[in-house]
Amino acid sequence: MLPSRSTVSKVFISGNHTFGEAAIRAGCHCYFGYPITPQNELGEYMAANLRKAGGVFVQSESETAAINMVIGAAATGVRVMTSSSSPGVSLKQEGMSFLAGFELPAVVVNVMRGGPGLGNIAPAQGDYFQATRGGGHGDYRTPVFAPNSVQEIADLTYHAFDVADRYRTPVMLLGDGMMGQMKEPVVFPEKIGKLPPKEWALTGRGDDPSRYMASLILDPHEMERHNWKLYRKYQEIEKHETKHEEYMLDDAEIAVIAYGTTARIAEGALNRVRKDGLKAGLLRPVSLWPFPAKAIQDLAQRVKHFIVFEMSTGQMVEDVRLALEGEGNVTFFGRPGGVIPTPAEFARIIYREYQKIQAK
Amino acid sequence: MTKTKKKFKVVVRQQYCKGCNLCIEYCKQQVLTSSENLNTMGYNYADPVNQDACVGCMVCTQVCPDVAIEVYSE
Amino acid sequence: MKLLNEWPKYYKKDVVTHYCPGCGHGIVHRIVAELLEEMDLGKHAICVNPAGCAVLAYKYFDIDTLESAHGRGTAMATGIKRARPDKFVFTYQGDGDLSAIGTAETVHSANRGENFTVVFINNAVYGMTGGQMAPTTLIDQKTTTSPFGRDAKLEGYPLHITDVVSNFPGVVYAERVTVSNPAGIRKTKKAIRAAFQTQVDGLGYSIVEVLSPCPTNWKMNSVDSFKWVDDVMMKEFPLGVLTDKRGEKE
Repeated sequence: MLPSRSTVSKVFISGNHTFGEAAIRAGCHCYFGYPITPQNELGEYMAANLRKAGGVFVQSESETAAINMVIGAAATGVRVMTSSSSPGVSLKQEGMSFLAGFELPAVVVNVMRGGPGLGNIAPAQGDYFQATRGGGHGDYRTPVFAPNSVQEIADLTYHAFDVADRYRTPVMLLGDGMMGQMKEPVVFPEKIGKLPPKEWALTGRGDDPSRYMASLILDPHEMERHNWKLYRKYQEIEKHETKHEEYMLDDAEIAVIAYGTTARIAEGALNRVRKDGLKAGLLRPVSLWPFPAKAIQDLAQRVKHFIVFEMSTGQMVEDVRLALEGEGNVTFFGRPGGVIPTPAEFARIIYREYQKIQAK
Repeated sequence: MTKTKKKFKVVVRQQYCKGCNLCIEYCKQQVLTSSENLNTMGYNYADPVNQDACVGCMVCTQVCPDVAIEVYSE
Repeated sequence: MKLLNEWPKYYKKDVVTHYCPGCGHGIVHRIVAELLEEMDLGKHAICVNPAGCAVLAYKYFDIDTLESAHGRGTAMATGIKRARPDKFVFTYQGDGDLSAIGTAETVHSANRGENFTVVFINNAVYGMTGGQMAPTTLIDQKTTTSPFGRDAKLEGYPLHITDVVSNFPGVVYAERVTVSNPAGIRKTKKAIRAAFQTQVDGLGYSIVEVLSPCPTNWKMNSVDSFKWVDDVMMKEFPLGVLTDKRGEKE
C-alpha cells in the first residue's frame, strides 16, 4: 500500500516518512536518492508524494550519482534533498565537499546503521566523526542536526532547509535506524509559501554577464581567501545555529551527554535514577556541528561528573573532552554495532558513577 | 565584360596564434607561412604572406583552434 | 572590407586558451559557441564542465557554467534539467570523465533518456594529467601507463561507449564525428546542431562523440596528430550516425 501524504496537521507517522513530508512542506523541489536500509521508506515516500506536490523525484543509479544530481539542481536555486544510510553516505562525501566548495544549499539525511563496511541494518551512531569531521576532503564544516523524536525530525528538517539557504551550505540531518522506523504523533509545520529567488543561482545568463560556478581555484592565495571566507561563514553558523536541550539539569550532580536515540534512552534511565533521589540530568546536543561546547563549559562550572552515552565505541565523547578542556571527569559507555541499549543499562552506569562519587 | 576576381584579406591575430601550422597545412592556396618571428607567447605565428592567392574558402578559420584568423572580403 | 567570420557571441574574446597548439578542444569550443548563437540558445544555456583539460572551459564559453566532479557531469546535468526543464543543458566531457569514472552516470542518464546533450571529446588518452591510458586508448598505443603499448590481455580493449548507449531506447541521437580535417569539422558542426535540436524539440538524449587530436600527449606535431586521427584512430572509431530515433519520437 502506498503511503499517502497527510493533509491533517497531527498524524501518527514514521521518522522516515516524516523527513519526507517535512521536506515537501519546506518547499523541497527535488529529491534524488538510492535505496538503502533502514531509510528506504523515505525514498518511497518521496516517490509517491513529491511528484504529487509538483516536485521532482529521481531514483539514481547510486548514492554518488544522487549527490551529484543534488549539486546540479541546487546550482539552479531549488531546494533539494538526498538521503542514505552510512555506507551510502560514504559515497556522497566527495559531493558534500563540492557542495561546500561551491557554497550550495542542500539537505542530506543519514539514517545511521551498524558499521564499518556493510555493517548491518540496525541503528547505530558510528558516523558521528564522518558527519562532523568532514567526512569529505578539504577545509570545510557541515552543520549537523540530530533529532531525537519524530516531531523533532519534522522541526529540524524544516529548519535544515532554512539554514542551508541562509548560509549557502549543505546541512546534514543525522538520524539512526530507530529514528527512521519508529512512529510517533507529529504536528507538521504549515507548507512554506513562495521562496525568495536566489541571486547567485545558475539559470541561464539572459542578458547579463555569464556566471560560472567552480570550486577549482588554482591560485593558492585566492584559494586561501576562499578558505577563510568559508571559515568566517562557519564562525557565523557557530554563533547563531548551535542548539542543545537540557533535561533535569538544574540541580544535577551528574550530567549525561547523549544525542538522538541514545538521549531518549538516557531520559528513561534518568527518570529511574531520579526516583531514587539521584541528582542527574541530561545535556542533549541537537546541533552536533556546531557542537554546544560553551553550554558544556558553562555546565562544568557547577557539575564535575559527566557520563557520555553513545551507540558507538566513542566519538562524540572526544568533543565533550575537548569542550571541557580538563574540567571535570568524563566516563564513557557505548553499545556499537546496532545494539540498542536499555534504560536499565544506562541507569546502572549512572548508579555506579554516583557510588564512585560517594566513595570519595 | 571581364569578371573582377573578388579580393580577400587574411589577418592573423598574431598574439593569439600558437604556431600549430594547421592553417598552413590545410590552405590549398598556400596563403600562409610560418613566420620567422616569435609572438609574445614564443610561437612562430602564421603569416599570410601570399594574400593575393586567397579565394575565401574559409578553411583556415575552420581548422584554427584559437580563432586567430580573420578573413575579410571586399 | 567585410569580416566574413564574426567573433562568436558566446565565446569570450581576448582570452588565449590554455589548450595546446593544435588541440581539438579549440575547434569544438568555437563550433559550440557558434551554434549557441545561431540557434539562439545562449541566454538560457547551462554547460557542465568536466575534470580534464576542459575544466577551464568556463573561461571561454560565455554562458552560465557549472564545474563538475570528475565523471559526474551527466548526473549534475540530470539535476539541472530536471529542476529547470526550460533551460538548455549540455555537458562537455572527455573520454576519462565520461567513460571511466563517469561510466555509471553516463549509462544511466542515457538509459533514463534525459533531455540534454552530451558533447564527448575523445582523444584516446588522459590529457590534463599528462598522457595516461584512457578507456578509448587503442591497442598497442603507448601512453605513460601503457608504456609498452596497450595489451588487450592486461588492459582490455578500446571502449566504444557511444555505441553502447546508442542502443538504449532513450538515446535519440548519437553520432561520431572528427575535427581532424576540414570536412570533418563541418560535419561536426552539423552533428552537434542535430543533437542540440534534439534537445530543443524535447525528444530525449543526444550525444556527439568527437575524435580530437592531442598532439602533446601523442608526442606528435599538430599536423601529424590530425593525420593520425584520419589514418589510425578512425579505423577503431568509425565515423557516422550511430542512432537516429528522431522520427520515432515526434
